[in-house]
Amino acid sequence: MVKLNAGWREIPIGGKIVDAGNAREYETGSWRATTPVVDQEECINCLLCWILCPDSSIDVKDEEMVGFHLRFCKGCGICAEICPVDAIEMVPETEPEE
Amino acid sequence: MSRFEAMDGNTATAEAMRQVNPDVVAAYPITPQTSTVQTFSQFVADGEVDTEFIRVESEHSAMSACIGASAAGGRVMTATSANGLALMWEMVYIAASNRAPIVMTVVNRALSGPINIHCDHSDSMGTRDAGWIQLFGENPQEGYDNAIQAVRIAEHEDVLLPVMSMYDGFITSHGLERVQIEDDEAVRDFIGPFTAHDALLDVDNPVTYGPLDFYDFYMEHKRQQVEAMKYAKRVIPEVAADFEKHFGRRYGFFDEYRLDDAELALVVLSSTAGTARSVVDSLRAQGLKVGLLKPRVFRPFPAEELADALRDKIVVGVMDRSDSFGALGGPLFVELSAALKTYDVSAKMVDYVFGLGGRDTTPSQIESVFRDLAEMAETGEIKQLVTYLGVRE
Ligand code: SF4
Ligand code: SF4
Repeated sequence: MVKLNAGWREIPIGGKIVDAGNAREYETGSWRATTPVVDQEECINCLLCWILCPDSSIDVKDEEMVGFHLRFCKGCGICAEICPVDAIEMVPETEPEE
Repeated sequence: MSRFEAMDGNTATAEAMRQVNPDVVAAYPITPQTSTVQTFSQFVADGEVDTEFIRVESEHSAMSACIGASAAGGRVMTATSANGLALMWEMVYIAASNRAPIVMTVVNRALSGPINIHCDHSDSMGTRDAGWIQLFGENPQEGYDNAIQAVRIAEHEDVLLPVMSMYDGFITSHGLERVQIEDDEAVRDFIGPFTAHDALLDVDNPVTYGPLDFYDFYMEHKRQQVEAMKYAKRVIPEVAADFEKHFGRRYGFFDEYRLDDAELALVVLSSTAGTARSVVDSLRAQGLKVGLLKPRVFRPFPAEELADALRDKIVVGVMDRSDSFGALGGPLFVELSAALKTYDVSAKMVDYVFGLGGRDTTPSQIESVFRDLAEMAETGEIKQLVTYLGVRE
């Protein structure tokens, strides 16, 4: 992994990224202004949110939507917008979660 | 065994490409380059090379395909001219910043408009800041030799930059001259096998090309490109020395003709140097101390070496086959002026913009340039900083 303060001699040439899967190191969760909150009672596990989340931040276990990876969820609200049963609500970061 | 043939520049370049046998060639036809890739595509059709020839719908796509093929891990060549190069523009920069060692022949032609298919250097001069190494050749032999050396230069692991090899449209691209074509095996031995760096097709070592690169790393990547150009300045003479060992023809950053004891020096690129050489001879016969310097390498610009070669000259006349509108003079003049000033050369300098859009440049015009230089040496005055040679007033 290239360090943030690495000098020009220490980084791969040509802007290449040579560490596979290093997007994991980039915690886009810090961008978030609103946080998705799911109502599990409403959710029908259609997994549309899982398909459409641009940050692969929908947590799925045994084919069921169980929550969010908040280190990476950037709060874009796509999941809330797309949910066919309105099971996801975007809550401002400043308000305490339930 | 090498063989001698009467060949035009484009055929000689296609021969070089056949011998290099690149993995991929992606190209789009444009005058006066067309016969280069047309001849090469015949080699592909006849099974004389293993190359994947990609026909594309534009030069932008041609360079894009070349960059992709290079990233995939292939040895890649192409060719273009003028507006084809202009249409590639975006990708020309990306090839260099991706550090793709692509070799491209640019057959120099005037950029439109007004539309014109004949020679000047406005096309490749426009890309002088794109990050490519640029070599200018005088005749078909130099076009052939530079294309072969370009492969070694581009692929050197300390360089990894794309190289443009230039020669003059029609004059060199379509003019038949005696060319020495080297033995296929000898050329392949000279360039060596291709080593890919971070190939996309190497699935065991995944790599990402072309990610977003902001203020936190972009400047470091540009600094790396500067360093690669510095290395290129070391590698170009090394490759030339090895080329001479293999094939006997000598190349440097530039070529000097009767320059040593000259007081008046003319600096001119490409085919016009041939005409200028005969003018130097006839003026020398009249006792005038004139000489010629023909640059071969324009990027990296060999500033210090040029300054040393011109150190004791009284007047240096530069001939530019393109202009830089609103600048002090043509690109060669501006760069050389900066070089001579930086390295404390006191020679007076003047610029002659010539041959735009294929305008003929005659021996008598070049003689008039030398007469100008002689007058300036005598009076110590610069008569006119930039002269448009042969333009109708
Ligand atoms: S889109 Fe809505 S219903 Fe479908 S899995 Fe996601 S939260 Fe559940
Ligand atoms: S808010 Fe955006 S980033 Fe976060 S889980 Fe929903 S879709 Fe993904």
